[in-house]
Amino acid sequence: MKLETQVHQKNLVRWAANKPEVVVFSADLTSSTEVRLFAETYPDRFYSFGMTEQNMMSAAGGMAREGFTPWVHTFAVFLYRRALDQVQMSIAYPNLPVRIVGFLPGITTPGGATHQAIEDVAIMRAVPNMTVLETGDAADVESVLDVAQAVEGPVYIRMLRGQIPRLFTTPMQLGRARRLRRGSDVTLFTAGITTEEAMRATQVLERRGVSIEHLHVTTHKPFTDPAVLEAASRPKYGVITFENHTTVGGLGTEVAEVMAEHGVGKKLVRLGIPDTYAHGGSRPYLMRHYGLDALALVRAVERLVGEDLKIGEDDLAAVRVEPVHGDFKAEAL
Amino acid sequence: MKSADETRRVADGIRRRVTAFTLKNGGGYLSQACSSAEILATLYTRVMNLGPSVAPPVPPPFGGVPGKNPDYTTGAGYNGPHRPELDRFFISPVHYALVLYATLVETGRMAEEGLAMFNQDGGTVEMIGAEHSPGHELMAGSLGQALSQVVGIALGRRRKGETGRNFVFMSDGEFMIGQTWEAMETLSFYELDSVIAYVDANGQSADGKIDEVMGIEPLKERLEAFGAVAVEVDGHDVEALAAAAETPHEGRPLVVIARTNPYCGVEVLSERAPKFHYIRFTGPEEKEALERFYAEKWGGQK
Repeated sequence: MKLETQVHQKNLVRWAANKPEVVVFSADLTSSTEVRLFAETYPDRFYSFGMTEQNMMSAAGGMAREGFTPWVHTFAVFLYRRALDQVQMSIAYPNLPVRIVGFLPGITTPGGATHQAIEDVAIMRAVPNMTVLETGDAADVESVLDVAQAVEGPVYIRMLRGQIPRLFTTPMQLGRARRLRRGSDVTLFTAGITTEEAMRATQVLERRGVSIEHLHVTTHKPFTDPAVLEAASRPKYGVITFENHTTVGGLGTEVAEVMAEHGVGKKLVRLGIPDTYAHGGSRPYLMRHYGLDALALVRAVERLVGEDLKIGEDDLAAVRVEPVHGDFKAEAL
Repeated sequence: MKSADETRRVADGIRRRVTAFTLKNGGGYLSQACSSAEILATLYTRVMNLGPSVAPPVPPPFGGVPGKNPDYTTGAGYNGPHRPELDRFFISPVHYALVLYATLVETGRMAEEGLAMFNQDGGTVEMIGAEHSPGHELMAGSLGQALSQVVGIALGRRRKGETGRNFVFMSDGEFMIGQTWEAMETLSFYELDSVIAYVDANGQSADGKIDEVMGIEPLKERLEAFGAVAVEVDGHDVEALAAAAETPHEGRPLVVIARTNPYCGVEVLSERAPKFHYIRFTGPEEKEALERFYAEKWGGQK
């Protein structure tokens, strides 16, 4: 697996070259959100708003009313926590094409509770008119721009920065999960950074005889992919959701809603940050501490199938994760 | 530009219509009409270059919210078409909606029947205006957001090379809000001199007198410190209000602080001091007093 750096930084400049309607807003975190190169390349289309997030979100609504598509960049917490009323009344109610790019999802930052967006999917999913997307690798980070720009109304993007893996060879599609593995014992839904962890675990689990169906979710809202229901209906033992978010209102809840509405009588295990604020620390430490690493997933599978699979950290560390071709077509359809 | 006398007639008509509604409904945002009648009358008849209404004289019923909805309508058309050279008008404290509706009637932009639809279920002529309400363009009921939205609109209009100005009607209570000051520093930073705000400085907010609720003065000096050009005028003097728009302010936003009286023109209200935000009759005597005042000032017709 290849790790890449500054994927968004470079891609955004290429992508926006022939899109004069695209303007970028930043709230004094221009380098931290990888839009420095955009600001240098297209200074006329870059707007610094300083630390005025509430003002920035309302202004983005205003600019969108004039026919532009503001791509607003800052840390996610300052968008959906600090400026939620502005997101709702200045952008979401009027259904304006503002692209809200939120960085530092979940425990991807050592910055602690003030910087960790642990309930953003739950909150943004509850906002009418809002489309909610999440990126899990370099291909997602690149292709989410086209996906978002094609949406008529506002879009919230859970974005990754810095060093990120390239897991997929195909672009993200709106409302379509990527199927990474077919199987019949357990169905696994992941999103964002938990997908790479899960890809480590599933290889070892398969070798120990557990057959796993694995889907990587990139569209949290609208959550209407028929492949989700199809996959959730089939496993012998049950369904696991695994997310870099609290277990309230995010991926686990989305899957639970689909299962309940369709009368799918399977067990559902929701792995994620267990309804708590986190604290500052390294990513490996936080992933272990809050149960977001491959080992936590293995233990959950063991509980679900009722068997000790004798998998240890060494087994997981030895796994190589290779890029896969995301399979968009649900075979049953 | 209309004559000062015509502007005063419009202001008097605004007060008369809002007083009649307050009597009919048993309450209303009447003091807002008293304080802002000359400001809105002056903006609409002497200051703004808007073009005629392009909206139906009788407002449509509520067609639903924006989104995938072909029946959605905006209230912006009552302020004329959107054209590069024309001015735009944005109301921020939409609790003044009834005052704005009365202004639209008095200036021939909305039919009188529209005003009769005020606060009726299923209509757009709502008590606290939304962007589908006549004369409204933005969602501004959560106070302090309109000026920032106009920052974005003014930046967008500048990108398109438009020359029209952007007028924002505000209330002094909104200067308690942090976002208002964020917007003001941004207007200065981007040298958005196309933005002109008229502030109804009536010294009143929901709890009563603003200076007992939160400190916002000295407003002129505070605005100047944030990079705006600020002028103070008698908010009931239509000549002074019109002249204020001509204040030189190249490269800076202009804020006209209109010092007003919350019972100007309906003096019988002065007995309610210090609470004027929403007039709700405390008893039949108070309603009768306003009825007598109305009959003496405007005759029997409402």
